Amino acid sequence: MTDVMVEAEGLVKRFGETRALQGVDLAVPRGTVHGVLGPNGAGKTTAVRILSTLLRPDAGQARIAGFDVVRDAEKVRSRIGLTGQYASVDEDLTGRQNLVLFGTLLDLRKSAAKHRAKELLEWFDLTEAADRPAKTYSGGMRRRLDLAASLVGRPDVIFLDEPTTGLDPSKREDMWQVVRTLVRDGSTVLLTTQYLEEAEALADEITVIDHGRVIANDTPEQLKRIVGGQTLEVRPADPADLEKTGLILASVATNQKPAEMTRKGVLAVPVSGDEALTESVARLATAGIVVTELSMHLPSLDEVFFTLTGRKDTEGNHK
Amino acid sequence: MTAIAVQPLKSQFKPLRLVRHSLELTKRSLIKTWRTPEALIDVTVQPALFLVIFVYIFGGAIAGGTHEYLQFLMPGILAQTVAMGAISIGVNLNNDLEKGIFDRFRSLPIARSAPLIGAVLGDVVRYVIVTISTFAFAYLMGFRIHASPLHAIAGCLLAVLFGVCLSWALVFVGMLVRTSGAVQGIGFLVIMPLTFASNVFVGTFTLPGWMQGFVKVNPLTHLVQSMRGLFLGTPVGNHVWWTLGWCAAFVIVFMPLALAAYRKKV
Repeated sequence: MTDVMVEAEGLVKRFGETRALQGVDLAVPRGTVHGVLGPNGAGKTTAVRILSTLLRPDAGQARIAGFDVVRDAEKVRSRIGLTGQYASVDEDLTGRQNLVLFGTLLDLRKSAAKHRAKELLEWFDLTEAADRPAKTYSGGMRRRLDLAASLVGRPDVIFLDEPTTGLDPSKREDMWQVVRTLVRDGSTVLLTTQYLEEAEALADEITVIDHGRVIANDTPEQLKRIVGGQTLEVRPADPADLEKTGLILASVATNQKPAEMTRKGVLAVPVSGDEALTESVARLATAGIVVTELSMHLPSLDEVFFTLTGRKDTEGNHK
Repeated sequence: MTAIAVQPLKSQFKPLRLVRHSLELTKRSLIKTWRTPEALIDVTVQPALFLVIFVYIFGGAIAGGTHEYLQFLMPGILAQTVAMGAISIGVNLNNDLEKGIFDRFRSLPIARSAPLIGAVLGDVVRYVIVTISTFAFAYLMGFRIHASPLHAIAGCLLAVLFGVCLSWALVFVGMLVRTSGAVQGIGFLVIMPLTFASNVFVGTFTLPGWMQGFVKVNPLTHLVQSMRGLFLGTPVGNHVWWTLGWCAAFVIVFMPLALAAYRKKV
């Protein structure tokens, strides 16, 4: 049995003049979460559609659980679950009817399909809505049903294409919990996202793609190091303390960088490790400075891209 | 979640799986039809409308009386509605392809053809409804069967079969063009001349000679002539065979084309 569950080498895909993918490599070990990060139009969805056999690559090859996505497409399909911006459910059918349908299409016996549907509806807290048509579901419920639909066959590899785009933060947290459970139970997850925070929260490894190319591939920690770590922000209660606060922040900052005023009354410095937060709190206390706001920020996706590509504009102009 | 190591699976024999998956997807179509009964307007109201318009407006002029014309026209209207009903499957599938559910189907280990076969088989119910509603309305207007019930039922089954087989041509159009509006347009452009350049509304012998050539090979002519024979007890000749031949031709030609276009589309 292979231990690299998702493997891609040199994937190329063109849509007319647009080059959606220009040689993408990926490797995802069994039982891990791999984040594919990139702005709109970077090629994330195209990559997922190729890996899940919905599209054929123009060049390059990919294997899922050791099976080629073109030559052994059917074997690949019996091992994957796909949840995405596109792969969804039938809106005229109820949640339960959808799940039972997918179960029977996966060759489960009727009783097993019904049992599996019930189990998933319970897990995703959809039991009450189970017998209503899916078109009456709220956005969050739809996402949960979409995900449940892709889990009917207990797939080894699960593709989640922007699973939380458009969800409010509490729902996002629920979805993350589900992903963690899946991985704990032995699944391998490939997740695309526009949110660095999401990749950070879930992924063992992150591939950053832009304009159809891999521009970075690393663990979240390493990636953050490339980008320059986090930002520490402090707002002293008394504006008169700004100067003293600035000196303290500079002393814990990466390369002792001087503090900058990012908003009125708020000072910020780049820091490289979590110790910087404790350290600064201790020093501020010693100096008797009262603060009303103190926070650590991850670099935003914009900053990641700026650092990796040297471009400010992260809006892709192709799909 | 409880982990079941071995799930009870059904037979993995390929042709059997295709049949089973197609039937599961037929059930899906039927549920959708049941949920959106307003989509059945073309197969319920339309034949009634055409019967009223043609019988009472043209009946006197064409056949010298409304009752005689109703007897002549009813099988024709049934054939026309079945043929026009086939347009909607092309339109619906064209719409459906844009929706996420087809991506889901394509990511499942089932034959690519299963969702299309399921949709076509699900439309059987539409053709059955057409047949029943046309019969019921025509009966109220005074149409009477002059053959054995078995013959009449055979005529109805022939209409349903014709609709299902013709569906594949419209499914092909649905896979070929980009918008559902275009499917509607092309479907109408093909089906409309077929229904008028036939014996649906008037006897073939009344048409100009050059047109008779077309009318005589028109699949609708054969279907209508078969049904007239089977409903009214007039001689059927070899029209049933011609109709069955056309049905087979539709499937043999258009089903592979539709499946190929579907594969290409994704």
